[in-house]
Amino acid sequence: MVLVGLALTTLVLALATTAIGGPAAPAQIAGCGKSSLNLVEDGKLSLATDNPAFDPWWSGGSKSKDWELNDPTTGKGYESAVAYEIARRLGFTRGQVTWKAVPFLRSFAPGKKPFDWYMAQVSVTPERKNAVAFSTSYYNVNQAVVGLKTSSIARVRSLAGLKQYKLGAQVGTTSYAYITKYLRPSQQPAVYDSNADAVAALKNKQIDGLVVDFPSTGFITGVQVPNSKVIGRLPSQGAQEVFGLVFQKRNPLVNCVNKAIRALRNDGTLRRLDVRWLGKTGAPILK
Amino acid sequence: MALVSTAVLVTVVAVLVVRSPGWDEVKQAFFSREQFEKSFPDILSGFWTNVKIFLIAEVFILVLALGIAVLRSLPGPVFFPLRALAVIYVDLFRGIPTVLVIYILGFGVPALQLQGVPISPLFWGAVALVVVYSAYVSEVYRAGIDSVHPSQTAAARSLGLTHLQGLRYVVVPQAVRRVIPPLLNDFIGLQKDTALVALLGVVEAFRQSQIEVAATFNYTPYLATALIFVLLTIPMARFTDWLVARDKRRQLAGGAR
Repeated sequence: MVLVGLALTTLVLALATTAIGGPAAPAQIAGCGKSSLNLVEDGKLSLATDNPAFDPWWSGGSKSKDWELNDPTTGKGYESAVAYEIARRLGFTRGQVTWKAVPFLRSFAPGKKPFDWYMAQVSVTPERKNAVAFSTSYYNVNQAVVGLKTSSIARVRSLAGLKQYKLGAQVGTTSYAYITKYLRPSQQPAVYDSNADAVAALKNKQIDGLVVDFPSTGFITGVQVPNSKVIGRLPSQGAQEVFGLVFQKRNPLVNCVNKAIRALRNDGTLRRLDVRWLGKTGAPILK
Repeated sequence: MALVSTAVLVTVVAVLVVRSPGWDEVKQAFFSREQFEKSFPDILSGFWTNVKIFLIAEVFILVLALGIAVLRSLPGPVFFPLRALAVIYVDLFRGIPTVLVIYILGFGVPALQLQGVPISPLFWGAVALVVVYSAYVSEVYRAGIDSVHPSQTAAARSLGLTHLQGLRYVVVPQAVRRVIPPLLNDFIGLQKDTALVALLGVVEAFRQSQIEVAATFNYTPYLATALIFVLLTIPMARFTDWLVARDKRRQLAGGAR
């Protein structure tokens, strides 16, 4: 009886694993066998993101008390979906992917990193490459401005029109760099510790416009500040801004992950996930 | 001998640090000359905001705190409500972490959307610092007032001064002199805590360095900020030492001048 029970359990477990693992394991990437990868913990992908993990990058809510808003293990939301797709190409089942909450400002601290890669809409810049290694782009991003519908900023139709307003952004973001480098407003922009603080300031009218990456505006206008709208998207200036995964410097794992990202781009997976999770357009590009 | 032992200790520590496996990374991340030179001017101009905050706040703190200390020292049962108020104020604002007071006032009050009430983060950040530091400084004053011998008050009253006049002309002048070092101690604390106003969106020295750190993933700007703060507090500390020494000289000299 015990034997039958054990056998059944094993069968159920095996079935469950297959179900969670999704479709049959895809073709492995040459030279990137699971056992040959340089990992924090053998046989496992240890990934990290910021907490709370915001929509639409992360989605599906959270039942765990470790995660606010969204639990990265759901596989829902653009970044979560991309992470699991990369993991699958490298031969990992979903159960072999673990997540840790790491604040953005800690993600690039010197010393040994507690994760294989970090993903939280981190923009790739040449200066940052001195401190960490980045993967190739998994998303090409535009910045955008959000303002209250009742404010006069809501009627702005040009980049020059934004100059007279008090703008704000989260500290350390390329959104802030965009304000100071390209918008050059007449009032000093405000800078907040977190996205949540910046949103509170927008609600309080302490700032007129909040600059964030375009996909993040959906959650702000839809949930956090219902009487706000996207004033417009901001055009790329100079090189196209891209999001990359953050790795320990000189970590050879980057090469295999880059191959996986290339495969995802070539077979249309990235485009499909983009349409599914970020697929919203409509806001005008300001000139 | 002191020189030798110090030299040996410094050398051993330096060798240990430099030969540690992570030293190259730390050197690059914290001691980059290039990043230092690039970030320093911006941080210095951000520091001007800190200076404005602590200079303006300090004036209000010194006045408000003295008021609270005087309220606490009022004698007689009639003044019990005022004394109680002062005690509650001090207990409350010494107990709440400064960060929370800043968050609550800086984001909370503007959220009320009251007509005529300022929403400037700089304003509310400074108010929060005044509120918190007044509680600390009032205790310093109180200690000073308590340290003046009761015979001084008695003498003042026997000369026909009222209690408040006695405080004004006899007790407080002596008390303030005695507490100048701890007052400056709190002033230095205030200088450093002005960095907390950054939480409300104000770009001051610390926030400016944070911006540079995140832009480059290099920590050298933090070091630059630390240096600026230290460079300001060291002259202040020497100035306090000098004040105290001068006071002592005068007291020892004795006699009328």
